[in-house]
Amino acid sequence: MADPAKRDAILARMRQSLSVGADDEVRRKTVKDRIKAHKPNLVPARAQLPHKKQVELFREQAEAVQSTVTSVARDDDVPAAVADYLRSQNLPQTVRHGDDPLINKLPWRKKAPTLELNKGIADPQDEVSLSHATVGVAETGTLVLTSGSDNPTTLNFLPENHIVVIKAGEIRGTYEDAWQHLRKRDGERTLPRTVNMVTGPSRTGDIEQRIELGAHGPRRLHIIIIGG
Amino acid sequence: MNQTPTSRNFKRNTAGALVNEQLQRALSNVPAGFVDKRARARDKLPEFDALRDQARDIKNHTLAHLDLYYEEYEAKVAASGGHVHWCETADEACKAVVEICKSHSARTVTKGKSMVSEEMNLNAALAEAGVEPVETDLGEYIIQLRGETPSHIIAPAVHLNKDQIEADFRATHTGLPPERNLEEGAALVYEARQILREKFIAADIGITGANMLIAETGTSVIVTNEGNGDLTQSLPKVHIVLATIEKMVPTLEDATTILRLLARSGTGQEFSSYTTFSTGPRREGDPDGPDEYHVVILDNGRTKMLGSDFQEMLRCIRCGACLNHCPVYQAVGGHAYGWVYPGPMGAVLTPSLIGVDEAGHLPNASTFCGRCEEVCPMRIPLPRMMRNWREREFERHLSPATVRSGLSLWAFFAKRPRLYRLATGFAARFLHLWCGGDGKLETLRFAGGWTKHRDFPSPEGRTFMAQWKNRNG
Repeated sequence: MADPAKRDAILARMRQSLSVGADDEVRRKTVKDRIKAHKPNLVPARAQLPHKKQVELFREQAEAVQSTVTSVARDDDVPAAVADYLRSQNLPQTVRHGDDPLINKLPWRKKAPTLELNKGIADPQDEVSLSHATVGVAETGTLVLTSGSDNPTTLNFLPENHIVVIKAGEIRGTYEDAWQHLRKRDGERTLPRTVNMVTGPSRTGDIEQRIELGAHGPRRLHIIIIGG
Repeated sequence: MNQTPTSRNFKRNTAGALVNEQLQRALSNVPAGFVDKRARARDKLPEFDALRDQARDIKNHTLAHLDLYYEEYEAKVAASGGHVHWCETADEACKAVVEICKSHSARTVTKGKSMVSEEMNLNAALAEAGVEPVETDLGEYIIQLRGETPSHIIAPAVHLNKDQIEADFRATHTGLPPERNLEEGAALVYEARQILREKFIAADIGITGANMLIAETGTSVIVTNEGNGDLTQSLPKVHIVLATIEKMVPTLEDATTILRLLARSGTGQEFSSYTTFSTGPRREGDPDGPDEYHVVILDNGRTKMLGSDFQEMLRCIRCGACLNHCPVYQAVGGHAYGWVYPGPMGAVLTPSLIGVDEAGHLPNASTFCGRCEEVCPMRIPLPRMMRNWREREFERHLSPATVRSGLSLWAFFAKRPRLYRLATGFAARFLHLWCGGDGKLETLRFAGGWTKHRDFPSPEGRTFMAQWKNRNG
């Protein structure tokens, strides 16, 4: 386990090289204040737009990185949109999802009777997973997914096809907006075990610098925007 | 996979690289693969250069308060249930990882891409302890099969061509039908996906690097495109993070500013497919994620760089832009540099980490064209620091006798302007006459290496200074 003597030695070497003492209150206050303020740095103008435009930008940017996007008017339209997507891609009508309140309350049986829903973490046999993103970032068409029983992290990576639902109201302009949302939800100086920023499907350029999709994570990323 | 440095053989290594046809073919992908894409990404973000200034300032501030940010960071890691292991040397860091593996009786570990792991030579330490390390980044997987080291810090297999990779897969994946078609890159990617899937699921421990550590929340960040790092860290029971001390940033906002530069500078993407923030082990009620979270913090000589002429090198975020834009790297590839970090960033960092005696040649691997500094997202003055190393190499009498005596001779004249003008005037007239009518020399004594590949053009007969003086009356 961790050895406090080694820790102290390395911190002491840092201080020696920087020619500072351990008890400098001014430095300490500078650090505490900066963390407490967590002030945004320069935020690009690109996504500082009215909300409707942010949703449009989110869609454009997501499609630019090979995500596919559809919009539905209401929550109740999601089950049919999922079933339609699976049919269009010739995928089995079987989906794995977590205990997300939004996904749980959708009228699956009524609107998509052929769809089989399995709840829980990803199984290596699963071909399709369904998640609900916490925030969408318009700047780069990025989905922010947070770990927990509602949306287990393995669903984002193990199956070859990932469907993500997000409400238009959950789409914001910038990453900074996402951090502020999480601070408001969970408190200061804390994050869930995993925060995944997902921008398009898995890819690699490791063979002769040519981009191939579906390296280890999902080959397809399909986003359903509710009310967008 | 051995990381014993061969940097002192840099000259010999480059001679081999220049005549290696496979390597030259592979390196020809670098301009279109990286340089053009970066330029497009930069052009799409008007604030790009202003963000570079801010990123530089963020890191300068962090380095000046590094001890205190680590105190904040460590407290947060502990509060979220994780463990920090402080290691002075690569050996200590290997021991820390091996100990964790032993305490879990681990047989297989999956690994996300980590240059710190290369610096530690971790795979050898794991193998020695009876633990099988499986590289899962496609490029890393390919070079692990070949027993090679990465030749690029973000594209480890950039020195290889598709036909070589196909041959490696056929030689290794012998359980698959030999008649299968592997001509397309997509087929190779799919085959690796299938093979590694079983490894992900069987692994006892997952090891990743860290692009950043965040003091505000005690978080480690990885930036990837394949998703292998995420499978590596979310499926096994234990997640080990390897990081060196310069990875720290104060807040999520500071991390965000650097993230806006990282992918654009490296691969030319606006954002990588997966940017993942990990804080501690799985929480109560979490159905997946690791039960244990360990962060190995490695110094390995970096605290000595703090407060020195080379402190600015600690701003480096390992995007690879300086390699991609370097005419020397583009010509010889990464292996010639002889240790973990190639290209301009390696030429500055390597002498700091393994000593100027071993790596003194590397800072000479520059034409001082300045492109590395021009593209560096963290505005690291790489050429200036390479010059600094050259001066130290000279002071320590590490450069060859011919270079030293040549420079001393030149310095003698350069310090005596009248004598200098006389001597250069004589040389210009002499060479002009010697060349005769055809205006070039095919061989030149003491410069045979130069004239072997090109002719020496004849001087005009008068020096530039003399002509200038004449023109201006």
